[in-house]
Amino acid sequence: MLNERTLPLISAIIVLLLLYGFGSIAYQGFFGLRLAGYLLTDNAFIIVTAVGMAFVILSGGIDLSVGSMIAFVCALMALLVVKFQIHPVVAIAISVCVGTLFGTVMGLVIAIFKIQPFIVTLAGMFLFRGLGYVINTQQVKIDHPFMSSLSEFGIIIGQGELNFVAIIMILFLALGVIISRYTRFGHNVYAIGGDAQSAALIGVNVPWTTVKVYALSGFYSSVAGVLFAVATGSAYPEIGIAVELDAIAAVVLGGTLLTGGVGYVFGAFIGGMTFGVIQQLINFDGTLNAASTRIVIGALLLLFILLQKIILVWAKKFSAKGSD
Amino acid sequence: MKERKKFLDINPKIWGPIFSLVVIIVIMGIIDPGFIQIEFKDGRLYGSLIDILVRATPTAIIALGMAVVIGTKGIDLSVGSVVAICGAVAAVLIVETQLPFFMVVIVSVLVGGGIGFLNGIMVSFIGIQPIIATLILMVSGRGIAQLVTGGRAVSFDSTAMDIIGSGALLAIPVRLWIMTALVLCTVLLLRKTALGLFLESVGANAKASRLLGIEARMLKVIAYIFSGMCAAVAGMILIADVSTAEINRLGLWLELDAILAVVLAGASLNGGRIYLGLTIIGALIIQTLTTIIFSSGVPVEYNLIVKACIILAVLLIQSETTKNYVSQLRTKSLENRHAE
Amino acid sequence: MGVLEPVVDVQPLLEIKNISKGFAGVQALNKVSFSIAPGEIHALLGENGAGKSTFIKVLTGVYTRDSGKILFDGQDFHATSSGHAQTQGVSTVYQEVNLIPTMTVTENLTLLQQPKRFGLISPKRAKQRALEMLERVGLNIDPSKQLDSYSIAVQQLVAIARAIGTKAKLLILDEPTASLDAKEVLRLFELMRQLKSQGISIIFVTHFLDQVYEITDRITVLRNGSFIGTYATKKLPQAELIHAMVGKSLDELTSGSNRETSDSADDVLRIQNFGKQRFLKPVDLSIAKGEIVGLAGMLGSGRSELCEIIFGAQAVDQGSMEIAQNAVHIKSPKQAIDHGLGYCPEDRKIDGIIAELSVRENMILALQAKRGWLKPIPMTEQKAMVESMIERLSIKTPNLNKPIGELSGGNQQKVILARWLLTQPTLLLLDEPTRGIDIGAHHDIIAIMKELCEQGMSLLVASSELEELVIFAHRVVVMKDRKKVMELTGSDISQKSIVNAIAQ
Repeated sequence: MLNERTLPLISAIIVLLLLYGFGSIAYQGFFGLRLAGYLLTDNAFIIVTAVGMAFVILSGGIDLSVGSMIAFVCALMALLVVKFQIHPVVAIAISVCVGTLFGTVMGLVIAIFKIQPFIVTLAGMFLFRGLGYVINTQQVKIDHPFMSSLSEFGIIIGQGELNFVAIIMILFLALGVIISRYTRFGHNVYAIGGDAQSAALIGVNVPWTTVKVYALSGFYSSVAGVLFAVATGSAYPEIGIAVELDAIAAVVLGGTLLTGGVGYVFGAFIGGMTFGVIQQLINFDGTLNAASTRIVIGALLLLFILLQKIILVWAKKFSAKGSD
Repeated sequence: MKERKKFLDINPKIWGPIFSLVVIIVIMGIIDPGFIQIEFKDGRLYGSLIDILVRATPTAIIALGMAVVIGTKGIDLSVGSVVAICGAVAAVLIVETQLPFFMVVIVSVLVGGGIGFLNGIMVSFIGIQPIIATLILMVSGRGIAQLVTGGRAVSFDSTAMDIIGSGALLAIPVRLWIMTALVLCTVLLLRKTALGLFLESVGANAKASRLLGIEARMLKVIAYIFSGMCAAVAGMILIADVSTAEINRLGLWLELDAILAVVLAGASLNGGRIYLGLTIIGALIIQTLTTIIFSSGVPVEYNLIVKACIILAVLLIQSETTKNYVSQLRTKSLENRHAE
Repeated sequence: MGVLEPVVDVQPLLEIKNISKGFAGVQALNKVSFSIAPGEIHALLGENGAGKSTFIKVLTGVYTRDSGKILFDGQDFHATSSGHAQTQGVSTVYQEVNLIPTMTVTENLTLLQQPKRFGLISPKRAKQRALEMLERVGLNIDPSKQLDSYSIAVQQLVAIARAIGTKAKLLILDEPTASLDAKEVLRLFELMRQLKSQGISIIFVTHFLDQVYEITDRITVLRNGSFIGTYATKKLPQAELIHAMVGKSLDELTSGSNRETSDSADDVLRIQNFGKQRFLKPVDLSIAKGEIVGLAGMLGSGRSELCEIIFGAQAVDQGSMEIAQNAVHIKSPKQAIDHGLGYCPEDRKIDGIIAELSVRENMILALQAKRGWLKPIPMTEQKAMVESMIERLSIKTPNLNKPIGELSGGNQQKVILARWLLTQPTLLLLDEPTRGIDIGAHHDIIAIMKELCEQGMSLLVASSELEELVIFAHRVVVMKDRKKVMELTGSDISQKSIVNAIAQ
């Protein structure tokens, strides 16, 4: 079970448990369902974004537009619900469709014109942020009884609460895991990330799979945008700045190889939770600057990338020996 | 006649960015003659065009470093964070120490160079892809900058910084002199030695370069160090603007503008060519558009959309698919002509 | 065509009729025609650039053919992609295993054809199917392990399992044995015979001639994109086969050329016991001033490898080297250049030219690298040097600033040659300097080589064109199986003697 495929994920889980264990011992009230429920809710939209990002990274690409997509979807929701008086359910459907469409367009540009994903999605990042500003430049309250009932819904478990946002996150996480492991599309994503040329020779439709990957990322980040709108009940254009970095970090901290082809979508959850636990540790400590979160994340990111490098070198040596 | 021929031998690509900038300015001049007016007042020049030049300096300086890094087939996403860190270091040094100003400059440039060195080591010696290696600092850099300032905006009072921020020498703003000096130094360093050629050679084909006796690794590290130093200079100019280092906003989005400037200059993201002068033109185009949007009454929000559309348009025109399609069309029309 | 094609009674499985394919003026395949019988193992042979891989790509639909016809099972065959070719019954296994190293064996074997249950992939059934597929190739491994945790040999067999698993009638094996050891090759052959007995035809591409004789029924030889002939393996002596692959007609074989043996006192290079494990077996060689030493041998014989280790592009792990009677340890190309060596690599596009840079920049780079970045060559001097080289080597370029990638192959080669001439080397290593260039440039380059050696420069030239080596070499070193097998001097040099040395 312990091989170069699972080792990064297992080390990610160990890191998460260690951090959580440390917090539980050092601070009162860290351990328990209350904080667990809070962690699930608070990091839900990062995790949902990271699940979409995981597909992109597994396919060997990158999507820098997700943060702006979240802001755009929030703004669109506000526009539809507040200004056009459309029922939130319809507004959610429209917003998610538009987000998915934008993802598809980026995928088409990447696949047809063979331009590096990072620069195309960088353009997307500008574009969606700009569109978000065009819709509204100020903070808008999304006031609708349906929205409030969604955000107030929750299942009480002991001291903790599993609310609407957390439930949706878990559902979409499960959906992502199923797509990645149990559908042909999911296997094709791993194939083009592992070796796009070989995949094409085997018969995988590489351009079409690429388009679908970015469409899926667009879908997931717009769902994250909806979750954000539900959780905060408001929209403002600065939402989600640097979320693309957090999502990438969550995917890598979850043990997915940035070169593509290796890793698990479930890792996005582990990475997102690691992210949350670090934030909570810094909160509980109280003396540390909030900015330290980013430094710790950066350091962990570096650590994981180096770890993956070492594992790769080690695996190569091992297999070279095996063939001798 | 002979001279004329030589003149045309220059890569025709260079006219694209220059032509675009001139067209934009001419159109604006026709619509609003005030746009191209330059006034001389209180010993310095004023006007929209001067304003564009002044505002474009930080982006242009960062783009200079970015052009070199992209020339080696790399990318430096950390420049925005480096701007924040170096701005923070300079501000804190001014406020909390008695160091002479030139020492402050040296220390922050060294910090920028040091960060670039780390990026370079990760890319070149550890073998991490450039996007990822520099992403690490992009993520954590702003946090480091906040540690430096202790999380608050550091305001300072420094004559030297005021001069950089708003001073003028021979009627021209000081920061333009800084930028010009930096561009000249870079051109001298890259083009009057063989360094530029080696960097381009490594970016275009590292394997063939090695067989020629050019080792890529150290050259790449140098490129990242240079990029870090450029970001440090830009950081100091940016804090001089407002006499404050406010970390959350300092250098935000600058990496994107810098990459855009390099792409506008016609450089390929696959490395191989460094266009220093055109990169400055690229930065000026971006700033001109930004200024036009700001001053024309079009909502500011469209700024980002315009930038995004320009990037996409340039990329689509540059892409192999488009080139192949165009050349196919050309051969087809030639064939048709032959058929007739 | 030496031996006539034996009459095949049964209807052939695959019939190739007058297939042609050109790329930007270069004819990669020129009216190739041959056929393959059901249950036949058919070798497809030729040197680099002969058109083997282009042929495979045309057959499997990666490239579209310019003209010609392919009949498969009596039907017109027009694959649109390798995936499409597979569903039609034509599968290919490449030397670099074309599977996904980061996925498990099961995932690799079932990719695109995963068995489903309730619309989702069933891992249990997938594993079961993978085990069945592995059994067909006699492989007993755990399919839930990642593919790259197995040796290349096993990966190769997995690739074959996948290829025949899709009801293949024709299996194309492209250099499958290149990275296998003797035992693994035997295992592969056993499998090939087994497949043959099941009626599957195999096109076997290789550069190991002994293997061709061991396993194949018939041989088709391509050279420079042209069809040379199809022969029954048993009726074709190895010398004749080599001849078909690299030589001209038999009459020319004995025509040696005049030359005087050089004085060995002033050797510019002497290597002893020089080699690298798993790369090149130890070689002894000396090259005198003003001498052209030819390196003969088939593809994969070690001729390019020898050039690489002399130039420091690969580190040696044994032996000694002397340059101008001084012992040296060269660890990098830079050091080799400093010792007066120059090297034109075999793959011009990947290792030679720097496509984006101009003719001028490409030409002065080596000299500039030798001088260091702090001592730039002044522009006027650069222009003078480059212009004189353009005239001397008659390089056709509209101007000095043209990106080299836009020149023709012959002119690119001349620029690279000029690049090294500017460094005034004492010894120039040329690996296939005349490959893939037009006839005019070909003659020019040979003339330049002769002129250089008259001026006292020494040359080590690896080439698969024997008639060319015979014309200019003072001495020929014959390589085979990554080992030096013979050294020919003076009147002993002839196409015949070289072919015999390789065929031994």
